[in-house]
Amino acid sequence: MSMILLIEQLLNGIQSGLMLFLMAAGLTLVFGVMGLINLAHGSLYMVGAFACAGVAAATGSFWLGLAASIAAAAAAGAIVEVAVIRRLYARDHLDQVLATFALILIFSEGTRWLYGSFPLYLNVPAALSGSVTLPGGIQYSLFRLAIIGAGLAVAVGLFLLIGKTRIGVQVRAGEADREMIAGLGVDIGRLYTLVFALGAALAGLAGALVGTIQSVQVGMGEPVLILAFVVIVIGGIGSIKGALIGALLVGLTDTMGRVLLPPLFSLFMETSAATSIGAALASMAIYILMALVLVVRPGGLFGARA
Amino acid sequence: MTGSKTGIHRETRMTRYLTTTALALSMIGGAAMAEPVKVGMITTLSGGGASLGIDTRDGFMLAVEEAGNPELEVVIEDDQQKPEIAVQLSDKMIQSEDVDVLTGIVWSNLAMAVVPGATRQGKFYLSTNAAPSQLAGKGCHENYFSVSYQNDNLHEAAGAYATNEGFGTMFIMAPNYPAGQDSLAGFKRFYEGEVASEVYTQLGQTDYAAEIAQIRDSGADGLFFFLPGGMGISFMKQWAEAGIDMPVVGPAFSFSQDILPAIGDAAIGVKNTAQWSKDIDNEANAHFVEAFEAKYDRLPSLYAAQGYDTARLLLAAMDKADISDADAFREALRAAEFDSVRGKFSFGPNQHPVQDIYVREVVSEDGTLTNKIVATAMEDRGDAYAEECKM
Repeated sequence: MSMILLIEQLLNGIQSGLMLFLMAAGLTLVFGVMGLINLAHGSLYMVGAFACAGVAAATGSFWLGLAASIAAAAAAGAIVEVAVIRRLYARDHLDQVLATFALILIFSEGTRWLYGSFPLYLNVPAALSGSVTLPGGIQYSLFRLAIIGAGLAVAVGLFLLIGKTRIGVQVRAGEADREMIAGLGVDIGRLYTLVFALGAALAGLAGALVGTIQSVQVGMGEPVLILAFVVIVIGGIGSIKGALIGALLVGLTDTMGRVLLPPLFSLFMETSAATSIGAALASMAIYILMALVLVVRPGGLFGARA
Repeated sequence: MTGSKTGIHRETRMTRYLTTTALALSMIGGAAMAEPVKVGMITTLSGGGASLGIDTRDGFMLAVEEAGNPELEVVIEDDQQKPEIAVQLSDKMIQSEDVDVLTGIVWSNLAMAVVPGATRQGKFYLSTNAAPSQLAGKGCHENYFSVSYQNDNLHEAAGAYATNEGFGTMFIMAPNYPAGQDSLAGFKRFYEGEVASEVYTQLGQTDYAAEIAQIRDSGADGLFFFLPGGMGISFMKQWAEAGIDMPVVGPAFSFSQDILPAIGDAAIGVKNTAQWSKDIDNEANAHFVEAFEAKYDRLPSLYAAQGYDTARLLLAAMDKADISDADAFREALRAAEFDSVRGKFSFGPNQHPVQDIYVREVVSEDGTLTNKIVATAMEDRGDAYAEECKM
């Protein structure tokens, strides 16, 4: 394998990792601050993609669609928090899982009711279509570069928000001790709604960006949700830094596993068996990674409650 | 991670009773009445694969309504693309609804869960789509008919086409699950050139950046891929973004009418193999395409055509024989005396179709993406498993 191809694949791994980070950041914030397992996070991702496709089709502008995706997902998140999630904080995790699983079904069938069962069309805007030649002669999709840029920008923004602002202080305090911060006069209900809407907005943004190069259809959120859970388990629940590192690890492991394992196996076995076994092992790679991380650090890489 | 008990929600249930006049008629005339036939349709009407089931149902019901045969009753249920739900539905349909014929399953893993049990209990199963090799070879059954194809057929035709076009090296790719492995095996059965590289992707994978980089690097003459449903949409969009100048060929599933609008112009020019296309020139097909568009306000897909043909086969058999006489009814099905929208149509010894398979090209007709036939890949193709079938 040539050096250029290897670098291109590393870029692909980073890009897929940063997209996972957008999903995992919201999930880990909600879990860290509120102690809530939110299975419906994938539905918010789907809401973002559908809002983007719907608005882009109606107005002809991808950028309006992108703005709509963030707004729609944040609004859906806030409504869900106030209407349903709020009642679940005091309950145990099983109740939370059941209720948010019900939300998945409601969101899926609601989306089908609005948009029908056929996948929607959403394509890369003209300004970002095609590919560019990077130094060293690597041909790389401009839109994927933009996704990398957006992912990094969100990461930096989140670190500043959590680390440097008053809201960030409250979020961190909420993670450390819920009752104390409520006792200090912070409106904990409003803080929860805000954090939930922020997480939802990030999921919606991820849905719109990923939907642009993938398929916008009902049920698109659940496979990503599983990966996002893997990411936050690896990174340590509640840690934004953990989510970023975990997402990049998962993205790179997944991409490089798919690329490198089949040829590796074909060194010492027949090609067709090697491709099949290599592919099977590649699909397990991230779970093996997760198991290894948990053996060494049971609380995840940056887990607060190890 | 899914609490399966909460997953069983009430299903959209569409029951159509077309038998109301039967009793009245039998009182008036003394003529021998044919037995009513009850059909249980199990198909995917919710979730990511719903568009396939919806087209199957709509095609089937179009033929049922056109025929207006009061002896035919259809019960439709949603399998949610889950094998365990499909089995529950078939048990319910056989035991409490007392259906005579089952049909409609889209996915091979669901068909494998339902078909052997149903045929063992003496029910007929007419496949509108799924036709796994297990049911075509040693596992064939006299009550099982595939009206669509045998699963390998479209992949074999793609291999034959690549050979005819003189592609010296091909990059081939499919998801790592039984139908994906069958796909690549089917392609290689009729491809005489060299396979540059063979790649298995993950089932349900949505990002193909890594594979596309490998394809670009391989320098092959052409690309063959089988990625049904959302996987194909994702792949084609990313493929177009990458701007690689390489001919693409695949089975019709990724370029079917139900998903072409979601892929967009990225699909134009792609060659795909199918046993049906809306431009096959015969009277039945012209009528079908027009009636489907008039009724549902969209163009029919391959699945709709298969559903339509299945219902027409059943109706033709009902005209000839009584369902209570299973042997006579089976013979009537085997004769397949109906005007298929595919033109030529007959059953081989294992009750799978013998038919022509075409190469279609994705084109834009007045701004609508659709397929048009450009060549015939295989004539009178049966399947590779018929010899293993002892009936």
